[in-house]
Amino acid sequence: MRLTIKDLTQTFGTTRVLDKLSIETGRVNSLALVGPSGGGKSTLLRILAGLDIPTSGTVTFDGTTLQRDEVNLRLYRRTVGTVFQSYNLFPHLSARENLILPLVHVHRLSRDEAIARVEEPLRRFQLHEHADKRPAELSGGQNQRIAILRAMVVRPKRLFLDEPTSALDPEMTAEVLDMIEGLKESGTDFVLVTHAMNFARRVADEVAFIGDGTVLSHGPAESVFENSKNSRVAAFFQQVLR
Amino acid sequence: MSRSFAHLIVAAAVTSLLILACFQVPGDWNWSGVWEYRQKFISGWLVTLGLSLAALVLSVAIGLIVALFLGAQNPLIEATGRIYVEIIRGTPLLVQLLLGFYVIANAVGLENRFVVGTLVLAAFSGAYMAEIFRGGLNAIPKTQRDSARAIGLTQWQSFRLVILPQAVRLVLPAIAGQLVSLIKDSSLLSVIAISEFTLNAREVNSFTYSTLESYVPLAIGYLMLTLPLSATSRWLEKSFSYER
Ligand SMILES: Nc1ncnc2c1ncn2[C@@H]1O[C@H](COP(=O)(O)OP(=O)(O)O)[C@@H](O)[C@H]1O
Ligand SMILES: [Mg+2]
Repeated sequence: MRLTIKDLTQTFGTTRVLDKLSIETGRVNSLALVGPSGGGKSTLLRILAGLDIPTSGTVTFDGTTLQRDEVNLRLYRRTVGTVFQSYNLFPHLSARENLILPLVHVHRLSRDEAIARVEEPLRRFQLHEHADKRPAELSGGQNQRIAILRAMVVRPKRLFLDEPTSALDPEMTAEVLDMIEGLKESGTDFVLVTHAMNFARRVADEVAFIGDGTVLSHGPAESVFENSKNSRVAAFFQQVLR
Repeated sequence: MSRSFAHLIVAAAVTSLLILACFQVPGDWNWSGVWEYRQKFISGWLVTLGLSLAALVLSVAIGLIVALFLGAQNPLIEATGRIYVEIIRGTPLLVQLLLGFYVIANAVGLENRFVVGTLVLAAFSGAYMAEIFRGGLNAIPKTQRDSARAIGLTQWQSFRLVILPQAVRLVLPAIAGQLVSLIKDSSLLSVIAISEFTLNAREVNSFTYSTLESYVPLAIGYLMLTLPLSATSRWLEKSFSYER
């Protein structure tokens, strides 16, 4: 994917959360957004995912600029996948039904086709034994992997993941990170917000450091992590990578 | 306390009341007089059953629609829902029945008292249902709506497939309680001369002068309607239940 953001501003009431944020990536498979809490990463990701409409500015993926009306944005959302920090699976449905729902109701597969489509991914990620359980009966790691699968089974153009491991116990982060790393191998593009710096450095083609609603540093992973000229960015990494 | 235990106690209480009544006033006990009017009990019970069922279905529909009004973005729609709920909840059902039948129905030329009674009862119960549904809908976290939008569901699909099923499970006990109230409140329909269960029992009493024999079957008849309802709700609750 190639992502161009121009003067993106988002205000809630009187607070300006994103302030003329601009970025232009090269042709990348993955982009990591890092930076301090409250810097605007989630706000940015929600706009990229078509969930929120910015106050002003434009987002362009591969030459196509996101529309500003709900109908077109919904059509856009059907072509991408979003994974939230707190999974947000549907608690009244089993894991399998969570995967099937978008296939049947959005992508117009028959129920049988949908069941067939989710079977292989469920096995591949060792989730088929748990497929009939409800989210409350699954671990955090299993929930998040189901949530990633739910976004994947519709074969999206790209995925947006907002701190997918931040709500997990440490022993469960590995299984989710492995799965995300697998995305890279399968050629699925993604934009990832994360605090797992070593992971970001390993999987992301480019990294953007977001702070105070703007891009403080951006480039290939090594350049952002190691040679940042911005003193705030350097100070942040010194803290988290210590 | 488990509710099946509660049911047991109810059944025991009714039975002992009956037995007590039989032994305490052996001389005056007069079932035969009442037995002659059994058809009146049965027809009254059936009328109450029919009215309640119709009002029940209607009030759930009204409750859902008004609940959507109450949560509407448009302040005018929201106010309409709010006014409806406040008027209904702020006046006695008795007054609503009298006004509904003698004033409103009369004005629009609606003469069938069964229809009017059912409508008023449904409108009454619907206001309470609306508040219950609203509470349930509000209790579903905003993240669920986000999640539904993220996978590309329309607003209506999100409501139908994600929000409503969760809200219904949440409010089921309260709804069942409201339905039980509705059945009991239907006894007030006697004021517009509908030959429902309570009115008929009172008539039997006035014919036979057997107060206890007329009203004990009345209590049992209502329990026969309300107990299965709470049992069903309990069963549904169990088969729906999931941890959040
Ligand atoms: N819907 C909203 N209404 C008001 N303020 C918001 C809203 N969403 C986010 N914010 C504010 O915007 C700032 C950035 O938030 P966020 O994008 O979540 O940052 P990050 O994900 O980098 O931690 C925070 O100060 C947050 O309080
Ligand atoms: Mg965030």
